[in-house]
Amino acid sequence: MALLEIRKATRRFGHFVAVREVSLEIEAGEFFTLLGPSGCGKTTLLRLIAGFDTPDEGRILLDGCDITLTPPERRPVHTIFQSYALFPHMTVADNVAFPLRMARVAHGEIRVRVAQALREVQLAGMGERLPQELSGGQKQRVAIARALIDRPRVLLLDEPLAALDLKLREQMQLELITLQRLVGITFVYVTHDQGEALALSHRIGVMNAGRIVQLGAPDAVYEFPQTRFVADFIGTCNLLEGTVRRQTGARLTLEVSGLGELAASARTPVQVGERGVLAVRPEKVRIAAQIVPAPGEVHLQGVIHDQLYLGDVTVYKVELAGGRLLEALLPNSAAGVVKFFEVGDHVDLAWRAEAALFLHD
Amino acid sequence: MSISRGAPKRPFSSMTSRARLARWALSGPPLTFLAIFFLIPTLIMALASFGWPGREGGFSPLWYHDAAGWHFDFTLGNYRDIFTLRLFLVLYLRSLGYALATTGFCLVGAYPLSLVIARARVGYRNLLLLLVIVPFWSNFLIRIYAWMIILGPQAALSRGINAVLGLCGIRAVNLLFSPFAVMMGLVYVSLPFMILPLYANLEKHDPALLEAARDLGASAWSCFWRVTFPLSVPGVIAGATLVFVPALGAFAVPDILGGTRGIMIGNVIEMEFLQARDWPFGAALSIILTILALGATGIAAWAARRGIKAYG
Ligand SMILES: Nc1ncnc2c1ncn2[C@@H]1O[C@H](COP(=O)(O)OP(=O)(O)OP(=O)(O)O)[C@@H](O)[C@H]1O
Ligand SMILES: [Mg+2]
Repeated sequence: MALLEIRKATRRFGHFVAVREVSLEIEAGEFFTLLGPSGCGKTTLLRLIAGFDTPDEGRILLDGCDITLTPPERRPVHTIFQSYALFPHMTVADNVAFPLRMARVAHGEIRVRVAQALREVQLAGMGERLPQELSGGQKQRVAIARALIDRPRVLLLDEPLAALDLKLREQMQLELITLQRLVGITFVYVTHDQGEALALSHRIGVMNAGRIVQLGAPDAVYEFPQTRFVADFIGTCNLLEGTVRRQTGARLTLEVSGLGELAASARTPVQVGERGVLAVRPEKVRIAAQIVPAPGEVHLQGVIHDQLYLGDVTVYKVELAGGRLLEALLPNSAAGVVKFFEVGDHVDLAWRAEAALFLHD
Repeated sequence: MSISRGAPKRPFSSMTSRARLARWALSGPPLTFLAIFFLIPTLIMALASFGWPGREGGFSPLWYHDAAGWHFDFTLGNYRDIFTLRLFLVLYLRSLGYALATTGFCLVGAYPLSLVIARARVGYRNLLLLLVIVPFWSNFLIRIYAWMIILGPQAALSRGINAVLGLCGIRAVNLLFSPFAVMMGLVYVSLPFMILPLYANLEKHDPALLEAARDLGASAWSCFWRVTFPLSVPGVIAGATLVFVPALGAFAVPDILGGTRGIMIGNVIEMEFLQARDWPFGAALSIILTILALGATGIAAWAARRGIKAYG
């Protein structure tokens, strides 16, 4: 049985539906991420789980018990707020001790457990400081120590790293992974940063307009997006619109205007004559001055239109026949060489037909 | 009396001369104003309290010069009289009691109200604030006289209460000209001065803190005592000061509503100045009152700060 189960939860604000019939099962010990663009309802869903808000329809179960109407203080669920929400009038130690005080744990035990918790998040010796005397990363750690000290069943994190700078964010991501593995508590993590979602999670739920549109492991969601929205939102994806002409098993032939017939694969049933998009990730596209296509490869020609030097890789925007642009990636693997092509160069492009996914419109 | 702690002092060397000029230009006029209309009069009062009354009222000079040279004419008599006559001790204590009770009632009454206003929807909030401020639109004395009518023996309130008391076989009471009426009046005029600073403080609280407290296991009650209240202490101190100090020296309210039983030290000071025309004695009375007010608010602020620390 899943630890946390959400059954057809709906939350409306007036006529606006912020969360629409979301059903979700999250296992014990899982690092689950809700990923979606701003305003898609991630925070609203998290607040339903925390108990700050109740769904208009649907139920929320923890360990098989209905907690839909249980107030937040009686749910073994804690939240890390984006603003950290540390109590400004209490020292770090008192902040961390707060859940234990509320649970009326004995003073001696509180002292021991707080010291232990502060050590775990590398804040030993900072117990007497006030929150305003800490850096952003340290506040973050205090918030984590405070939320984990009484071992909740589920920890909810609402974009906890959004306020940190890039380097610190990467460091905290690693720490979060380690910490989650160490404590074994179920994390439900909210972010609109797809890189963060891919790096951290065991499973991702991609949300759009109040719904969960795809659910799966990071690699599955990245490699096999089921909709145009997911393909576009997670990573970058070349999308070419076309019509299905022929189908043999999972293999399709797509008519793309201006480019002729291209091979693609489908993971869902497709009808001949159906319109949709062919989705291919830039890193799956081979780019070279001259390519002899291998069997089963799609082959195209184009002209370099633009290039984006990113340090580790260079992104080339290639103009195809009919003026369509396609992105391809090339790692800057040769020492000292940062440009393989110049704008205006003629190049060959190729990708394996399995890498090109047909997505319904 | 300063309530906010003000900006931290920065070393002057780090300020440009322009910034320094701007600082003086901005703080100069209010400082000058305070010096002329507050500091100097207080010093004059302090000096005068050691003098003798003049023949026609006012002061007799503290020092003068004649053929025999300089003469100084100081006396501690005013203070000796105050400290030896029980009457004044009683009056000070009673005023202190009224002021403390007013502050307490105002705090208890204003806190829930401020909380409701601070947590109301924005449009509604402004309406509620307006309602708090509306009484200021009519004259202070008129509002006190209105209470005279409300509490008067012919008014519905008195009649209702006395009817009920009569049924229980208890003697009829007179609401007006009683300590009760003074309390009522003091709380009534002071309430907005407690509500406004409290509201200003509560309105700034981050709602996420309350959610965090609930989330971490605090009941609504603990949420209030562990988070909302400690964070609102600066507002409580500000409000308590604004209520306590004027209440301590109140004279219009006890004069109009208090009759003979509700007299406060403010009335005596007023009488010394205006009727007895013994200005030095009035000055001594009011200097002691000032010291009392300063002492009480100082102790309160210190205790509150200690309280917060001990809490944390
Ligand atoms: N209390 C509320 N009243 C009215 N509308 C609300 C309320 N809370 C959220 N909404 C609306 O619901 C939608 C979803 O909000 P939510 O905060 O869940 O988005 P989100 O996915 O967390 O976005 P972000 O990434 O920007 O935090 C938004 O359009 C928002 O305007
Ligand atoms: Mg959000």
